[in-house]
Amino acid sequence: MSVGLNHFLVLSAVLFSIGMYGVLAKRNVVVILMCVEIMLNAVIIALVAFSRFVTPTLLTGQVFAIFVITIAAAEAAVGLALLISIYRNRENVDVEEIDLLKM
Amino acid sequence: MITDGAAFAFWVLAVGTCLAALSVVLLRNIFHAALLLVLTFTGVAGIYIVLSADFLAGVQLLIYAGAISILIIFAVMLTRRPVMTGGFSRFSISAAIVAVTLVIALIWVTVGLTDWSISSESPIQPTTAPLANALFDRTNGWVLPFEVASIVLLAAMIGAIAIVKDK
Repeated sequence: MSVGLNHFLVLSAVLFSIGMYGVLAKRNVVVILMCVEIMLNAVIIALVAFSRFVTPTLLTGQVFAIFVITIAAAEAAVGLALLISIYRNRENVDVEEIDLLKM
Repeated sequence: MITDGAAFAFWVLAVGTCLAALSVVLLRNIFHAALLLVLTFTGVAGIYIVLSADFLAGVQLLIYAGAISILIIFAVMLTRRPVMTGGFSRFSISAAIVAVTLVIALIWVTVGLTDWSISSESPIQPTTAPLANALFDRTNGWVLPFEVASIVLLAAMIGAIAIVKDK
């Protein structure tokens, strides 16, 4: 069975949903950040697959993928810095207990 | 298009990556989850090789499997408590419903409804030099976004230092 664009799109959708489930269902902020990275990876797979199958001679999809990776690196750095800061102040990384802004 | 060997590699990598990602979400030990995240990133790098994006595969291994995983493992080490809080919140059932609906909707729209115009041309290989030409082309390149991205990275770096700095 030959592998085409649809296979990569299904893989991307499945990975994105796994990450989405993790972001919504987990309590630990570290795990939530890991799941955000999985979601970003799923998006990059879709971008590269479009670049490979729809416009193989242009590299626009891969250029976009590089920018997504750059933003993901910035996101990971700031997200983990916030996490360390919250842990220092509250000794906790559970999203159900970090509710200072609630009410 | 894609050769038989690459198709076999795709199936192995796709199943492996999905299983690793699923165990990142489902495992209760967050250190094991972080290690499986490295496996997920490595599998995605393999998927890029199947898609003949060799430079991106290298970038994926260096930045995701290398740098971001190390950052996350540092965060795990710094915030680990005797009682592991890797559990699920009270929204886990509705989150599962949302995720399953999302995967069905995404596959329905992208695969079922949309008719992509697949090109039969063979992809550029290797991609490193053409990618640099596409990024820094004088007429329709991405020089300004590239410079903005460097400022974003600098701002994120300074921001991260400012957030964790002792008062």
